[in-house]
Amino acid sequence: MSEEVIKLGAKKKSRFMDKVMEILPEGGNLNLCLTCGACSSGCPATGLDGLDPRKFLRMAALGLDDEILKSDWVWMCTMCQRCVYACPMKIDIPQLVYHARASWPREKRPKGILGSCDMALRNDSCSAMGASPEDFTFVVEDVLEEYREAQPEFAEMQAPIDKQGAYFFLNQNSREPVTEPDEMVPLWRILHRVGADWTYGSKGWGGENYCMFLADNEAWEHIVRTTAQQADDLGCKVFLNTE
Amino acid sequence: MEHQFEVKNIYEYYAQWIRQGKLNVNSDWNKDLKIKFTVQDPCQIVRKSYGDPIAEDLRFVVKTVVGEENFIDMQPNRSNNYCCGGGGGFLQSGYKAERLEFGRLKDIQIQATEADYCIAGCHNCHAQIHELSEHYGAGYGVIHLWTIICLALGILGENEREYLRPDLKDVAVYGS
Repeated sequence: MSEEVIKLGAKKKSRFMDKVMEILPEGGNLNLCLTCGACSSGCPATGLDGLDPRKFLRMAALGLDDEILKSDWVWMCTMCQRCVYACPMKIDIPQLVYHARASWPREKRPKGILGSCDMALRNDSCSAMGASPEDFTFVVEDVLEEYREAQPEFAEMQAPIDKQGAYFFLNQNSREPVTEPDEMVPLWRILHRVGADWTYGSKGWGGENYCMFLADNEAWEHIVRTTAQQADDLGCKVFLNTE
Repeated sequence: MEHQFEVKNIYEYYAQWIRQGKLNVNSDWNKDLKIKFTVQDPCQIVRKSYGDPIAEDLRFVVKTVVGEENFIDMQPNRSNNYCCGGGGGFLQSGYKAERLEFGRLKDIQIQATEADYCIAGCHNCHAQIHELSEHYGAGYGVIHLWTIICLALGILGENEREYLRPDLKDVAVYGS
């Protein structure tokens, strides 16, 4: 028998999970896992890339930082929060995933998400398809005029941009104005029918925010601030998500 | 971040406008056709933002416009619903095979309802579920919530039916 005392791991290594816990309220409950697996059993991403939410969290708890931070799985979890909903301890695994995304060098993150975020940063529209405020205004006015002229019942239909004091501020997914403008019309028709007082904003009209998915905090915030500022500048009472 | 406005979702208003009689809509168009619908609860709006009350508003609107007897819920549903796989940037991330595998669960859920259409009020859901229907071969349609409301109101024009299957291309076309 050895006389020497065996010392386990001289210095405790700081885990990625510890850093995330410092940021989250209540540490995201990340150290409360009972390993029950309710998260994984109802997660559509279970099995992709050899991972699932429980495994991801256990690996983080064990300090397997290299493995989880290099895993593509963080881009396959949609952060839908069903795992949190099912979890008896309300552990915020999606936040762990979000911060793992954020740990990737920006240029190494998925090209499609990166490109859509960068497009949104090109101008004040904050549109993931890069459409400018001028393009958006032109398309909306053009489509509106076409429908007003062709359909007497909708001759008075409105699709205002930057209407001061409108009650509702609406955002708009870029896909419609850019690729299928006629698909904007059904919503306008409904708003016309109920007599809603609404407006789009020339700034911050883009309804999507790929910078959030990219885990680029600064760019995410820029987009939210741009659209919120526009709604406030116009004096709108309700910011209405239309999807 | 400070702001003066409230943030709301339009499902709540659709339901309110119907209850107030401002949106005078019903399901008469589907009385004989009996086209069946299910609905996707968008994670962002239901589970992550407003919870089950807005899921109830969504169902009230859907049942009003398609007829209660023509609506079949997915299981599980509301806050417990499965994500379709279109969210979180997945549609743009390049992992297509994994995204379709992720959506297999959603496809099974929808197929089990035997609905002809899945109503999607969210763009990401719309795009993903449309692709799932084609990829797994079930052929159910995907329709936007505002599209089905306008169809039931009789004010959906023929150019606003890009995503509809032949069974709804000619139903209650506005201006014809």
